[in-house]
Amino acid sequence: MNAYLHLWLIPLLPFAGFLINGILGRRLPKWLVTAIALLAPLAAFGVVLNASVLGLLPLFVDPTGIPSLPGVSLPYIETCPLPWINAGMLHINFSFVLDQLSLVMLLVVTGVGFLIHVYSVGYMGDDKGYARYFSYLNLFLFFMTVLVLAGNALVMFIGWEGVGLASYLLIGFWFQKKSAADAGKKAFIVNRIGDFGFLIGMFLLIANFGTLTFTDIAAKLGQDPGWNGGVVTVIALCLMLGAAGKSAQLPLYIWLPDAMEGPTPVSALIHAATMVTAGVYMVARTHVLFDHSPFALSVVAIIGAATAIFAATIALVQNDIKRVLAYSTISQLGYMFLGCGVAAYSAAIFHLMTHAFFKALLFMAAGSVIHAIGGEQDLRKMGGLRKKLPVTFWTMTAAVLAIAGFFPFAGFFSKDAILYAAFLQGTSGKILWFFGVLTALLTSFYMFRLWYLTFMGESRSPDVHPHESPWSMRGPLIILALLSVGGGWIGMERFGDFLAPSVGVLPTETGSARLEILLSIVAVLVALEGWLIADKLYRRKPARPAQWAAALPGGYKLLANKYFVDEFYGAVVVKPLLGFSKFVLEWVVDFGILGGAAWLLGGIATFTGAILQRWQSGNLRSYAAWLAAGAAAVLLFLLVPWATVLASLSAIHLGMAGH
Amino acid sequence: MSSYFAQEVPLSWYLLLSAALFSLGVVGFLIKRNLITVFMSIELMLNGVNLSFVTFAQQWHAVKGQIFVFFVMMVAAAEAAVGLAIIIAVFRARATLAVDRIDLMKL
Repeated sequence: MNAYLHLWLIPLLPFAGFLINGILGRRLPKWLVTAIALLAPLAAFGVVLNASVLGLLPLFVDPTGIPSLPGVSLPYIETCPLPWINAGMLHINFSFVLDQLSLVMLLVVTGVGFLIHVYSVGYMGDDKGYARYFSYLNLFLFFMTVLVLAGNALVMFIGWEGVGLASYLLIGFWFQKKSAADAGKKAFIVNRIGDFGFLIGMFLLIANFGTLTFTDIAAKLGQDPGWNGGVVTVIALCLMLGAAGKSAQLPLYIWLPDAMEGPTPVSALIHAATMVTAGVYMVARTHVLFDHSPFALSVVAIIGAATAIFAATIALVQNDIKRVLAYSTISQLGYMFLGCGVAAYSAAIFHLMTHAFFKALLFMAAGSVIHAIGGEQDLRKMGGLRKKLPVTFWTMTAAVLAIAGFFPFAGFFSKDAILYAAFLQGTSGKILWFFGVLTALLTSFYMFRLWYLTFMGESRSPDVHPHESPWSMRGPLIILALLSVGGGWIGMERFGDFLAPSVGVLPTETGSARLEILLSIVAVLVALEGWLIADKLYRRKPARPAQWAAALPGGYKLLANKYFVDEFYGAVVVKPLLGFSKFVLEWVVDFGILGGAAWLLGGIATFTGAILQRWQSGNLRSYAAWLAAGAAAVLLFLLVPWATVLASLSAIHLGMAGH
Repeated sequence: MSSYFAQEVPLSWYLLLSAALFSLGVVGFLIKRNLITVFMSIELMLNGVNLSFVTFAQQWHAVKGQIFVFFVMMVAAAEAAVGLAIIIAVFRARATLAVDRIDLMKL
């Protein structure tokens, strides 16, 4: 009945790949590096598939609930037999949990992760750091799967920090470039702020619940249904701070656009599809805490909606293809938080999954474009690539339609589920819904803007001769395009029912099928409107955008400079901190402590030397005289008892001036 | 013969003579400028000590003191050989034997 799933293999296989490629990679032939790098996630994906088959088969074959097939009942828990932390009342085990939530997440992480590994073979083929790149990528998968499988907050925190490390390493992969190294540091440091919130949240959990295991926390909260707000709100807000750091929400989103300095597949895997969704996953995982704190939930919803529209407006005017996608990612993550904030966790996870498909695809298609035209990322220098890169064009089109929310592409279903859930949450929910729809309009517009500028019209760099990418890149593009088209057909209803044991049912009692259809039509019309505006501005009247920008110089500047948030943080946080640490380093540490110690030691040596040097007169006779006087003194002290006392007194009198 | 000595010349006389010889050596060492004279003063000190050694050897009928004297003489001979060689070398190099002038190592 209870088969072994060997969950521990899922993280460990990529870790083995990391070790082999990281230690020996430079000496191994390239085909072997590739084989190891690809086999590790593929095998992990296989284990996940096996687990999902064993976990889901009884569900479908025998709906009566009497399993006739060898399977496992979810949630399935795998715990390391050795105790991990035993400190007083606190016992923490290293445990992995497979339930519906982690299963969905694992399928996304290992599946999309494997596709991006394949894509990377083509994209990074000529890079000198080929083995290093793949070892980092495998390391990321290791930590990400640990994060997803974690049965308690501490194991999750290990994965959480680990993916941050992998992200840092991969953003700064081309560390010779100062901007890339700086971007890596920025991502790491900004994430520390969020991690601080996560840590405080964990301490509060230990203090108030005495455990970090998710199921135990849920059980303890379930025993006391009246326990709302108070310390639970504080814990939930601390966890939200952590999630906002990892998932690039206001006010900690600033690291994600800079993270585009990393290789494009990394942007696709870590900074679009998987790692940045860890915050959403964490909120869904700890949803019982949020359910007990309406205030924390509304904070999540407001931050989500605000981030969604804020990032979408910035994306309108960016000219770097990857930056548009980065702000789009922030905006879509805002949607997911909006979904979490209205307690529609399954809708948020649904959007997380479809977003992983189409956003990874968008990034990979953008990477294919960048690869094709020799590293150029400026939209203003592209154009007319439709015929030169047919596969990239068609897959990208599928992704654009999906993210814009056109029926029947994947984004339509998941985005509508979130908006519908928001709409049902009373008056405040209607406001959130309105912002969500407005964001959908902006999303549709900037995505089609990108699409027109990249593929349509005439080439704006005639001397570049683009070439379609190799099959290792085209293959994953096509697979993800199929998923972007069809990934939403699971349907929110079925998906929600499936996830219900993990994250609770969707709060849609007050809704009706007719309302849902009506809202869907509104959303599609809004997306269409976005497309039409983009079509007008970038195809029919291409001079118009510049005119508008000239007519509204203030507004355009504000958007083009991303609301000057980086400058603001730079002036308010970074500069004072830098100045202070510079002061401490230069004056207190360097001048005060190090310089002072050196000066003191030198001074002591000089001072004693100045005294002792007088004995070393170099005069032979004076040495002999001292010798004779010394011998005479010894004789005197031996023969005359009171001489010692006398000598001491005279020595004190002379102040030890021996010479 | 020995009893005659013991009766006629007390121990303290020998020791006083020894001390006088040693002190002469010390004073000579300290005030003389010529390296050879300084060298001779050292020999004088050694012999002053030798005298007290044999005196006590006689007094306590212990042969150790006499053995010490032989050792001291032997070392003195070796020292004389080396020392004189050095003095010759110094004289050849510096054309002087005044200890005050042999001061190349001085700061």
